[in-house]
Amino acid sequence: MSGNGPAPAGRLYLDHNATTPLKPAVKAAMVQAMDLVGNPSSVHAFGRSARRAVDEARAAVAALAGVRPAQVLFTGSGTEANNLALRGFATRTVLVSAIEHESVLAAAPDAPRLPACCDGAIDLAALERALGAAASAPLVSLMLANNETGVIQPVAEAARIAHAHGALLHCDAVQAAGRVPLSFPALGADLMTLSAHKLGGPAGVGALILAEGLEPEALIRGGGQERRKRAGTENLLGIVGFGAAARLALDTLPDAAALAPLRDRLEREALAAVPQARVMGGLAARVPNTSCLVLPGVPGETQVMGLDLAGVAVSAGSACSSGKVKPSHVLAAMGEDAAAAASAIRVSLGWTSDDEAVDRFLAAWIAMARRSARA
Amino acid sequence: MNSLGLSKRPQDTRVVVAMSGGVDSSVTAAMLREEGYDVVGITLQLYDHGLALQKAGACCAGQDIYDARQVAERIGIPHYVLDYEGRFSQDVMDDFADSYLRGETPIPCVRCNQRVKFRDLLNTARDLGAEALATGHYVRRVEGTHGAELHRAADPGKDQSYFLFATTRDQLGFLRFPLGGLTKPETRALAERHGLEVAAKPDSQDICFVPNGDYAEVVAKLRPGSVEPGEIVHIDGRVLGRHRGVVHYTVGQRKGLGIGGIRGGEEEALYVVRLEPAQRRVVVGPRRDLARSVVTVREINWLGSALPEGDGLEVSVKLRSAQAPAAATWRFAADGTARVDLHEPQHGIAPGQACVVYQGDRVLGGGWIAATAS
Repeated sequence: MSGNGPAPAGRLYLDHNATTPLKPAVKAAMVQAMDLVGNPSSVHAFGRSARRAVDEARAAVAALAGVRPAQVLFTGSGTEANNLALRGFATRTVLVSAIEHESVLAAAPDAPRLPACCDGAIDLAALERALGAAASAPLVSLMLANNETGVIQPVAEAARIAHAHGALLHCDAVQAAGRVPLSFPALGADLMTLSAHKLGGPAGVGALILAEGLEPEALIRGGGQERRKRAGTENLLGIVGFGAAARLALDTLPDAAALAPLRDRLEREALAAVPQARVMGGLAARVPNTSCLVLPGVPGETQVMGLDLAGVAVSAGSACSSGKVKPSHVLAAMGEDAAAAASAIRVSLGWTSDDEAVDRFLAAWIAMARRSARA
Repeated sequence: MNSLGLSKRPQDTRVVVAMSGGVDSSVTAAMLREEGYDVVGITLQLYDHGLALQKAGACCAGQDIYDARQVAERIGIPHYVLDYEGRFSQDVMDDFADSYLRGETPIPCVRCNQRVKFRDLLNTARDLGAEALATGHYVRRVEGTHGAELHRAADPGKDQSYFLFATTRDQLGFLRFPLGGLTKPETRALAERHGLEVAAKPDSQDICFVPNGDYAEVVAKLRPGSVEPGEIVHIDGRVLGRHRGVVHYTVGQRKGLGIGGIRGGEEEALYVVRLEPAQRRVVVGPRRDLARSVVTVREINWLGSALPEGDGLEVSVKLRSAQAPAAATWRFAADGTARVDLHEPQHGIAPGQACVVYQGDRVLGGGWIAATAS
């Protein structure tokens, strides 16, 4: 959707799960890195200073994930990291959850899909059954927090079940990192995806966290960067921004947790004003910033347009590059009927959100709901 | 009263413009924006150019969506794309294919206005708090003593009233057609004055989802295996040749029959007189066998004043888009259909086309041609 009309300054941004505004400290670190001259692969002093910046960022991302720096492999995006995880082990078949991001579903288009329960969490019994029936030990992909509902998935339990069957577990954690405490060892995952721009870093850089000894086959070939797992001169600016964002995310976890009462008030007051509305996944454990609201009878895309015209940015379903919206596969996988899945929006708060933001959202959304009830 | 007939200042009046990416709807948006309205542009993604007929799910904006977005940027209005592929396929394309297979000659543009633009898009506009939905159609909406009336466009060469006969009173109340009083050159001049890149864009031709005019191929893709060859039969019973499927033919058609004249007979040209899809038969005959004086019309939309059943109303009717109106008497029947008695017989009336009823410039309504009799 094209952005016209009033200046963005008067607009309210509640779409942090799509991307989070760059944090000022991250921007400052990136501006500083613009003066770095060298290619991190070069042997001279310029190259060494660039290499040092990459190493510092790697250490910061490793600290966010609770791993050693050598376990962090930088990629060009979360999508690329998901592709590397799912397509980098050619001998393994893949099992995915039905509520994964498109970048997982499309990377393993033929993979069987594990259903979700109505509360938005994946059905572990179904995982157990699928693994029991599998001919060889597969790779299981399960996200940590769902991008549309925010529901936290039972990744540690899934990892235990997977390992009991000799399977590997990949966890797409892009929507959880920086929002809830994150520990790769505690999850027991074998692979984990992170993305900088969901943390207040820049778009265009992600990371795949690897268990010690796991060696995926490179998708992109060329030079020896990233231990030969991802060729191409490092995106120095992006990686420095990622490092700064990861460092900040660790320091500001309490701020992220403080979004939960804001989000809960938003939902409480929305439901009080519009009794026919519903919250998807509201009974499950969720990341603190995400709310999936259903307004029966009003298509999600119409709500997104109406709110945009009122200066409030949210999203519905998953928008593709042309800006058109598809009904949510996540809600469908949770057993919601097509009508509910088509009338949901996602409100996602972030580091710029405050009480006033919630008030403004509520005023605009409630006005729209009442107008639609009359129309 | 503002130019849209609403008692509000333009800047307090939100109006949604259905923007196709063509010059007409682009100028509509630019005009309203210049008058100061709170204009919101919406473009419908109706089908995936070419791909829609083979597989769904591809995600790409066509040139028209790109053009609409450029215009919206240029004139400074918010613009959105709505994915209506599913309902367009179901409510317009399926109907189009089935109608052809019944031996009719459908008009999908009317179905699209009726079932997509003026139903779903209009509801979306209401949900967005708009007071009107404006389109770039060449037709006039006139505020009459008993509410809004639909009238022919000022430019007879561009008049699109035939395609809008199914617009209901309720829809007409909400719709606006700012181009109804303009000629096409005037519209293009406005596009140039507003600096719109689409000013010289050619008019769209025929049916939007039939890119090269080969509708039979589209029917074959939508309904695989349904297009079957059969016999071309003279109205006197003689078999004259073979055809590749009844969907290739339209009542009144003369060219492309591939049977030439009849050897040893009169030199009279032959026309498609009737299609018999169940027997896979195309029936041809001389022009005199096309003459019809009575038309039965179904699924009627009526915008005129109430007319008691059986009462005759003197009107003029158009039985296809390119035809001049013909004098007729219109009578509602008990079963909800209507009987049209043509004062002069008409040739080449094809079931599936619309019968649109006029009194002077005003559209009184219309319906679909179900049957004809001589």
